[in-house]
Amino acid sequence: MEALVEARWLFLSGVLVTLRVFVLAAVLAAALALALGLLRQSPNATVRRAATCWVEFFRGVSTVVQLFWLYFALPFLGISLSASTAAIIGLGLVHGAYGSEVVRGAMQSIEREQWEAATALGFSRRETLFSIILPQAVLRMLPPVGNSLVLLLKGTSIASIITVPELTFQSSLVVTRTLAVVPVFTSVLVLYYAIAMAVTGAIRLAEQRLGRWRPATLHIR
Amino acid sequence: MFDFAFALRILPKLADAAITSIWITLLSFVLALLLGVPLALLRRSRWPTVTRSTTAIVDFVRCTPLLVQLYFLYFALPGFGIRLSPLATGVIALSAHYGCYMSEVYRSGLEAIPRGQWDAAVALSLPRSQTYLSVILPQAITPIIPAAGNYLVHMFKETPLLSTISVVEMMFVSAEIGADSFRYLEPITLCGLLFLAMSITAAMLIRLGEAFYGLRWRRRWV
Repeated sequence: MEALVEARWLFLSGVLVTLRVFVLAAVLAAALALALGLLRQSPNATVRRAATCWVEFFRGVSTVVQLFWLYFALPFLGISLSASTAAIIGLGLVHGAYGSEVVRGAMQSIEREQWEAATALGFSRRETLFSIILPQAVLRMLPPVGNSLVLLLKGTSIASIITVPELTFQSSLVVTRTLAVVPVFTSVLVLYYAIAMAVTGAIRLAEQRLGRWRPATLHIR
Repeated sequence: MFDFAFALRILPKLADAAITSIWITLLSFVLALLLGVPLALLRRSRWPTVTRSTTAIVDFVRCTPLLVQLYFLYFALPGFGIRLSPLATGVIALSAHYGCYMSEVYRSGLEAIPRGQWDAAVALSLPRSQTYLSVILPQAITPIIPAAGNYLVHMFKETPLLSTISVVEMMFVSAEIGADSFRYLEPITLCGLLFLAMSITAAMLIRLGEAFYGLRWRRRWV
């Protein structure tokens, strides 16, 4: 117990670094997922195939290996990244590739009639995509996005391997210093769980907020 | 720049380590498949306390990082007088983590069975064991295969985490070669490519298995 009280500032700084890596990687992943999800449905077959290859590549290589590569191998090619930049880019690339599946699934779940109605009303393809299909698809993406964000949060612990001073890293420092293995790691697990619950709660709230208009539309149908 | 001669020289070492990674994955996957069964059954238990506490444990394990769980087991178990090799600890952590995921997969498979199937089994007065073995499970298994296969690939890609507790698998060997030769580019690139090749192969095998299993059951029904 004393060990925990003594190490509270280390824990706090670890949580802050974890949150920073998590948020920045999530932003990068979301942008990549959206772009890749759209490109994978492009009418141009070459673009489609290139996007699929990109996704398969980043999904196929293990996250640990990717972070390691960005941090330890990339300097040999003349590009040096700081540990946390490498972690953010690596996690963003991996989870962006995973997320593109979510985007694609949600887009494909939008009924054909929406496209047809938009065409009948004289919307261009781009207008249809961005102001009719995507707003509806985003709502359907939210439940799986909650899961993906929890996966990303768990992934941030991998950043500790390349010396990013986040929660897992700090906790192993505290353990080596105090030898209070069970209390330290238990509280770290609880902290991760609490962040995960906050994230899923926020997503559920967003779902309710954004979904408010939905029953009315269903009613009209 | 990338030294191909050096890469070729270290390839056999990495290939050896790849075999370790594969068998760690397979062993942990089998254990996770087994562990998932009691967890899924406990979640369908008659007593709400059992259901609720199992759900809480499964959710907790699924929402916390495998790496911290791994450290927990590795550093805490000796304190309770349980001394295990890093390899055994790693396999236990992997199978416990993914066992919780598997219990979710089983649960969704069981819940996907229409109620009518249970009712029909009762109407035919089949015993409970036979209801499960010859009515419910055969139908529940087919939709489970893709999800289970996905977790197999995920698990394989998480084996490099075991390098942190000094299990000699692919990542550990690559980092070791890097530290010995001061060349990280070749071993880590090779390690990544090996992972890529193996996970794509595994995904293809799973798709084949899915098609094969789906066909077999359909044929039996017809």
